[in-house]
Amino acid sequence: MITIDSLTKAYDTTTVVDHVSLQLPDAGVTSLIGPNGAGKSTLLSMVSRILGADAGSVSVEGLDVFHAPSKDVAKKLSILRQDAHTTARITVQELVEFGRYPHSRGRLTPECRAAVAEALQYCDLVELADRPIHQLSGGQRQRAYVAMVLAQDTRYVLLDEPLNNLDMVHATGLMQLLRRLADEKGKSIVLVLHDVNYASVYSDRIIAMRHGAVVHDGPPETVITEHALGEVYDMEFSVHTLNGDRIAAYFR
Amino acid sequence: MAPQRSTVAAAAPWVAAAAVLILAIVSIFIGVADVDFRALWSDPESRQIFLQSRLPRTFAIILAGSALAVAGLIMQHLARNRFVAPSTAGTVDAAALGLLAVTILAPGTAIMGKIAIACVFALAGTALFIALIQRVQFKDVVYVPLIGIVLGGVYAAIGEFFAYRTNLTQTMSVWMNGDFSGIIQGRYETLWLAGGVAVLAYVFANWFTAAGMGRDFATNIGVNFRLAMAGGLTIAALVTAVVVTTVGAIPFLGLIVPNIVTMMLGDNLRRVLPTTALLGAALVLVCDIVGRVVIFPYEIAVGVIVGTLGSAVFLAMILRRSNRYANA
Amino acid sequence: MPTPESKPLELHFDEAAETTQRTPVTASAGRMLTRRQLLVFAGLGVLLIGAIALFLTWDVNGHWDFALPRRTEQIVALTIVGIAIAASTVVFHTLTANRILTPSIMGFDALYVLVATALVFLLGSATVAQINPLVMFALNTVLMMGAATALYRWILGDGQRGLYTLILVGVVAGTFFSSLTNFMFRTMDPNEFDSLMSTLFASFNAIDTTLLWIGGALLLVGVVAIFRLAPQLDVLSLGRERAITLGLDYHRTVTWLLLVVALLVSVSTALVGPITFLGLLVANLAYQLTRTHRHVINLATAALVAVVALIAGQAILEHVLDHNGTLGSIINVVGGLYFIGLLLKEARS
Repeated sequence: MITIDSLTKAYDTTTVVDHVSLQLPDAGVTSLIGPNGAGKSTLLSMVSRILGADAGSVSVEGLDVFHAPSKDVAKKLSILRQDAHTTARITVQELVEFGRYPHSRGRLTPECRAAVAEALQYCDLVELADRPIHQLSGGQRQRAYVAMVLAQDTRYVLLDEPLNNLDMVHATGLMQLLRRLADEKGKSIVLVLHDVNYASVYSDRIIAMRHGAVVHDGPPETVITEHALGEVYDMEFSVHTLNGDRIAAYFR
Repeated sequence: MAPQRSTVAAAAPWVAAAAVLILAIVSIFIGVADVDFRALWSDPESRQIFLQSRLPRTFAIILAGSALAVAGLIMQHLARNRFVAPSTAGTVDAAALGLLAVTILAPGTAIMGKIAIACVFALAGTALFIALIQRVQFKDVVYVPLIGIVLGGVYAAIGEFFAYRTNLTQTMSVWMNGDFSGIIQGRYETLWLAGGVAVLAYVFANWFTAAGMGRDFATNIGVNFRLAMAGGLTIAALVTAVVVTTVGAIPFLGLIVPNIVTMMLGDNLRRVLPTTALLGAALVLVCDIVGRVVIFPYEIAVGVIVGTLGSAVFLAMILRRSNRYANA
Repeated sequence: MPTPESKPLELHFDEAAETTQRTPVTASAGRMLTRRQLLVFAGLGVLLIGAIALFLTWDVNGHWDFALPRRTEQIVALTIVGIAIAASTVVFHTLTANRILTPSIMGFDALYVLVATALVFLLGSATVAQINPLVMFALNTVLMMGAATALYRWILGDGQRGLYTLILVGVVAGTFFSSLTNFMFRTMDPNEFDSLMSTLFASFNAIDTTLLWIGGALLLVGVVAIFRLAPQLDVLSLGRERAITLGLDYHRTVTWLLLVVALLVSVSTALVGPITFLGLLVANLAYQLTRTHRHVINLATAALVAVVALIAGQAILEHVLDHNGTLGSIINVVGGLYFIGLLLKEARS
């Protein structure tokens, strides 16, 4: 369980995240949705201690992320952010090996090697293992980072807009991979999504934010509704049921 | 807000002029040899000092300070970047390189010839800088001065190489550090040229404003963009060449003064130009007075003082800007 | 306009990328040297031996007992300087997650000179003349490590400043430090500030050989520290955010690394004075040669390149151009052009 307690972040006069309190589950897929500037990414950055908070606290299974030793937190929680460019010239294999750093501090144990091999296998990267990451396509690279996070083997995996810059094939492929991680490995996946329909189809729970606060929180059946979405995005939606999934249309 | 600013704008040149006047008087009466105002009429020796040393020095400071500030203002407009000035576009280093070239190759050249060569180098050096930055679609204002400073460093290093071989390292450092202590009658008059060019800049101010709005804008209102650009850069190069040749460079003066003035008065070139010139003169006067007082009876070159102050202000400007961005 | 230097290197780069693809390495090869890296080391080793031989024997004219000790001393000094500059640059590149910023471009050298000058300024040059130069050097180094670490931790911030802003801040800060140094010198001794400056500070034509042993010892401390920090450096090369999520104590690591960089810069600046662009040149050349992210390999390669360049450059200048005082300006011309090339390339990508 990740417990977020009145977490706040402000820049100058704008409060980006405003006293948010939440509990994130220890399994399943949880999506954060909301318009640009709602504070989703900022919230995720604070939960993963990349960004300091102005007030409030975050604890992962009782561990205070802001004050506990960073390496202890890194064994429980990992985050994948939008692909900031890496200058390092490394191969997929080497990247995934970095995922073991919290466990091995740079010296790979046999256990680490097994975890790396498994992560590569799981993300269908075995053939690409020796390719430098800067030569990969966007979808492949995203998979490589997911594999790294997988090798890190944390219960909580946070992803900040992982579908950005991915085409439909790769976006759906990645969502399926994340769903499998939650179902087969019992991970808790928390991700920021722009596409409400991906959130609807793949999530167990959806948290909708607006102006730095949580406005709706629940399973897709309660959040993907014309009323709730209209409130979050301030525009009109029509929600339809297709093959058992709730799909929101907002194109007219 | 608007009426307030225009009041400030109307008053600014007069306040600046008064400051220059007061500082000039202070400047005249500070020095190793005391000059008593009443003695000027009775004592020929006092009058001698006054006419041959004090007055020329004060004139030189006012001319150099105002011309450099104007040169900076024009460059900032033409490059459409407020961090561009003779010190940050390679102009100063190129002028010094030209001066070095003429000193090595034709040591007997008359002062005007030296200035002409230094001016050609300054112009060519600045043109190379402009050509470089035009090849990039910059995403960031600080990128432009960065290229200029590094390019200036390359010019300086080329200069150092040849200066070392010809034993002119000391001379180079004199050119790079403005100093008015050696100014006497007969050794500063070239600076009137810089002053004259600054006046010329005022006359053609609207051209530079138009050119600063971009090629399309300028052409649209009937201003020859290339001509305005070339004219503006020539003015800046000539001022720099004259100052470097006559008294030595005054680093960052052309950067900080226009920025301070435009921060207060806005961006209208023609309106801010007089205040910029006066404030440039006032700043150099202050620094020169400080330089003469701090280790009296010795002097610290004004270039050293303005360089220290200027780099500190420049640093603050960049940091302030980046903080604002970080919070946006 | 790409500079002449960057073009051939770029071709090299692509070729290398293809070779790695054609001969895939096995999972365990990540820990060993690739054939390419072995070749690089062997080649640089040969060049190093050649450069040393050239430096020691050129134009001795039978005055061996005079020339050898003096030249050996210079070689030791240049080796220390080369390693210190290469190592501090590679570490700083990782620290700032780019390959353009170097300690000297960011004003570290100028800060060292300022710290040393400020100490003379405060103690008085008469007092300083009576203090053992080794003690002065140690004092300068300690002050430099404190000042640089505090200052640059603040300047680098949490990576929220843009790259260009960061470089410009560094460049202007360097100018500011030099101006302040100049100012202090002139207030101390207005008549003889030039001679005071040259007696207090080293340059290529006046290598400070009294500091060889202590410089070497401090270099060793720095190198050992870097080797111990190598795994952290490898993680840091993924960028600040990923390093944090991988459990790196970012602030502590950055502080340690800045301390090491400040130490190394102190050593090289005390021996030969500031050399702005050497680090940039050798580090980038090393990356092109090794094509790996592993710091141990990059550090060793960059150090070799730097030492070879310094010794060979000094030998050639001394004998072909007939004097040795201009190595610094030549490095600055070439390095400055290369730096502009890098900036232009960066802005286009």
